Amino acid sequence: MFDVLIIGAGITGTLIARELSRYQIDVAVLEKCNDVGNKTTNANSAIVHSGYDPEPGSNKAKFNVLGNHMFDQLTEELDVPFERLGSLTVALEDEQIPLLEDLIQRSQENHVPVQLLTGVEAQKIEPHLSKEVKAALLAPTAGIVDPFELCVHAMENAIDNGVHLLLNEEVVAIKKVADYFLVKTKTHEYQSRIIINAAGNFADCIAGMIETIDWKITSRKGEYFVLDHFEDDYVKHTIFPLPTSKGKGVLVSPTTSGNYIVGPSSEEILRKDDYATDSLTLKQVKEHAVAMFPDLPFNQVIRVFSGLRPSCSRHDFIIEYAKTDSHFINVAGIESPGLVSSPAIAKFVVDDLVKPIISLEDKPSFNPRVRPYYRLSQMLKKHQEAFVKEHPTYGEIVCNCEKVSLGEIEDALSRSCPPRSVKGLKRRTRAGFGKCQGSFCQPRVVLILAKHYGVSPLDIPLDDVGSNILLEKIKEVK
Amino acid sequence: MKREFTCIVCPRGCRLVIDDDLNVTGNSCPRGKEYAISEVTHPVRTITSSVRVINREDIVVSVKTSLPVPKDMIFRVMDEINKIGVQAPCHIGQVIKKNVLDLGVDILITKNID
Amino acid sequence: METIDLLVIGGGSAGMAAAIQAKKEGIDRILILEKNEVLGGILNQCIHNGFGLTEFKEELTGPEYLSRFVQQVEDLKIPYKLNTLVTDISLDKVVTFTNASDGITHLQAKAIIMATGCYERGAGAIQIPGDRCAGIITAGTAQKYLNIHGYLCGKRIVILGSGDIGLIMARRLTLEGAKVICVSEIMPYSNGLNRNIAQCLDDYHIPLYLSRSVSQVIGKQRLEKVVLSAVDEKMKFIPGTEMEIECDTLILSVGLIPYLSLLNNIGCPISSTKGPLVNEHLETKIEGIFSCGNCLHVHDVVDFVTDEGRLAGHGAALYLQQLLPHDADIPVVAGEGISYVLPQSIKSDNREDVVLKFRVRKPIQDIYIIVENSGVLLSKTFKPVLIPSEMAMIKIKKEQMANLHDQVTVRLEKR
Repeated sequence: MFDVLIIGAGITGTLIARELSRYQIDVAVLEKCNDVGNKTTNANSAIVHSGYDPEPGSNKAKFNVLGNHMFDQLTEELDVPFERLGSLTVALEDEQIPLLEDLIQRSQENHVPVQLLTGVEAQKIEPHLSKEVKAALLAPTAGIVDPFELCVHAMENAIDNGVHLLLNEEVVAIKKVADYFLVKTKTHEYQSRIIINAAGNFADCIAGMIETIDWKITSRKGEYFVLDHFEDDYVKHTIFPLPTSKGKGVLVSPTTSGNYIVGPSSEEILRKDDYATDSLTLKQVKEHAVAMFPDLPFNQVIRVFSGLRPSCSRHDFIIEYAKTDSHFINVAGIESPGLVSSPAIAKFVVDDLVKPIISLEDKPSFNPRVRPYYRLSQMLKKHQEAFVKEHPTYGEIVCNCEKVSLGEIEDALSRSCPPRSVKGLKRRTRAGFGKCQGSFCQPRVVLILAKHYGVSPLDIPLDDVGSNILLEKIKEVK
Repeated sequence: MKREFTCIVCPRGCRLVIDDDLNVTGNSCPRGKEYAISEVTHPVRTITSSVRVINREDIVVSVKTSLPVPKDMIFRVMDEINKIGVQAPCHIGQVIKKNVLDLGVDILITKNID
Repeated sequence: METIDLLVIGGGSAGMAAAIQAKKEGIDRILILEKNEVLGGILNQCIHNGFGLTEFKEELTGPEYLSRFVQQVEDLKIPYKLNTLVTDISLDKVVTFTNASDGITHLQAKAIIMATGCYERGAGAIQIPGDRCAGIITAGTAQKYLNIHGYLCGKRIVILGSGDIGLIMARRLTLEGAKVICVSEIMPYSNGLNRNIAQCLDDYHIPLYLSRSVSQVIGKQRLEKVVLSAVDEKMKFIPGTEMEIECDTLILSVGLIPYLSLLNNIGCPISSTKGPLVNEHLETKIEGIFSCGNCLHVHDVVDFVTDEGRLAGHGAALYLQQLLPHDADIPVVAGEGISYVLPQSIKSDNREDVVLKFRVRKPIQDIYIIVENSGVLLSKTFKPVLIPSEMAMIKIKKEQMANLHDQVTVRLEKR
């Protein structure tokens, strides 16, 4: 019997788990994929929005601004790369300038500092911006983060503090029995006093298992390009066009791994598991991006991907008790600005929704920090040399494109939320993220994973269970 | 009747034409002529493949047939190759099977492994 | 910080040939740095025949070919380090490298030869539309899994791209028990050597579909189907021409790109082949840094890579002995019908033969290769056939060097 069962190990679920792990209660997270943060959390723009954009008074506005303030401490405790680069929202036509002024108004209501720049001033700080830029809104508190790393480290910290993670568990039914819930997955049954539904694109399905709900989640697909690090500082801020009713529009931004990201598109889709990319949509994304950056080198694209936003029919975050049961908490519709809002949402869920219904005693052994991660690229040169002398496996490079060492890979495998797949290892260490996209290092990565888990390389999946990379071992002799 | 095909003896890939009397045109060298004749009389192919190195985890070593084998026996020779395992260290030219399927052809290792 | 004469980055065919040549010409302090656990580069996994016909007058497999050079490196006692990655080169040739035994090391080199090979264009770079499932892999990676580790990455396979790697893998996978359903090629002609079409596809009755590419991949966790569609002259998919093929693997053989991040970091000018601009001794625009092999331009025949490596080694040796030509550059320009020519310049005080290497834009027959120097004809050579996938070569003799001025052009002229 758990005290709290969280359904969904995305950024929302894992931060809630971590928040709950401060207390002496039994917490478990059920995740249907083979890894945490496997869906929306690892397929978004990775932007820590400043918060001027959401409707004032909405949950989105409230949690965006609160969450933004929490990112310095959060990323420091969880040792996750985070840079407050600032964002620029650009007007490409004179007619758009009044819209920028609306945004200034909105930012004041949301208590977000912004600064209006002329086209000339904007171009001074971003020389590759189109000469058509008439004006721009600078929001200095915006930033970029690695959302997947944030999610993994949050889960690692939660597990280190006593939370259980149960992967490959897809919830199929939930029933209330006396004063607890019976949760059936495809393979097991669990019991819990409280359920927190953080199931992303499927949150309405989960919520609907115990009552009729009056809201719906519609997945909206966003397709992106990832460009190689072809040049330092090609763009130094996150650059947005003016927002429309469909969303914030196609942005161009540096990433914490030194790449550039361009996207997303915004299309409502019918299925909740359709991640396919298509050339027409990508072409439109490219056109929007080129309007802002005419010389953006698309021959540097190394990857395209798509993510699904859980768009809610209420057009705002749903963070509340189920109508018929205060022990079932819905945390749904966490689309943009979900990433930046997530730590504030987690705190609210625990302090304002869980605390009133169950006694929460502090856990004296709670440690908010993960064991430090050693990233050579972030050390001073003289520290790098001393470090590698002492830890020789950090001098043995496995992924040549991204310079990821055996030491870093072994460290990722030693953590309490280790990778179980090639993609899991890639997202934690960047191995396979570079120019060659794993074509050189994937075989070695597969063999390292197989050896670590004591299984055949045939059993190592690319991502989820069933996505095996190798189909047959040949030349088996007796 | 003429037959036309690409020579595989060297990367030039000359387009060869051979008639019923085994007259060959299109070749740039004598080996091409030999190839054309053998291709219509008894086509042969050199097989390159690999065998498992038993005392190295997840490592195979490359091998080849010492001479070309009849084209219609390729997969039977492959079956024989697939039965062989070797121990490291092994070296280029090492014979790991003599006279496979009585064809007068050996299987040789083509890579040095320490 | 230690100083050496010549640093060779990459111990594959190009790097070994370069180091051996430099050593033979009297250069003493040489070091080869190799990222893999053995020398030999990509030939370690090219276990098929066809190497060495020019160099050794024998038909060798890849590992046999490379072993001849490893033997020479050992015999000449040229030092090398394995499992070592060069992470940085500075403009003044300070090289930083890392491995487990030495940690991070800095070295001052007087000359550097880049022989870092190339990498494969992948699914992301060509933006294949569709699902992101397992079962999509580049040909070189499939080759590594099969020929080094003994694992099949698929059982029912579609190959995209009829370049030599794709063709070789079609045969290889068939021999090892997989079913290669077809090879699809976006161009109206194949990219690979004709001999490979014959011995890899025709021999095994594997169909080749020209002017077709993958318009969709479908699969949940693992690939289940690909859709091949015909393309028009603008490479756009033609609606209504879809062919659905059930398979579990899509192998991509869609291009090789020189691997050059080290040179990008110091602003070394790059040409349209994606390799550095070089002169007749394969020196890049950065004095004392040379380039050869697949990182200069993608080759088809390793014997020519060896030749090129030797030229770079020779160039580096001349440079270290202060005998390298150093006067003004005479540009070499690709003219009518030529997609690129190497080298892109010849030093006006060069007095050695220069072999120009080039590729034609499209397959062409009954053609003259014209080499001109500002209107003066240097040579006119007849070729019955030239195709883009076969690098062509034409020599400017040393006797013609002294009179070269302004610009050299290579172009094609129909008979």
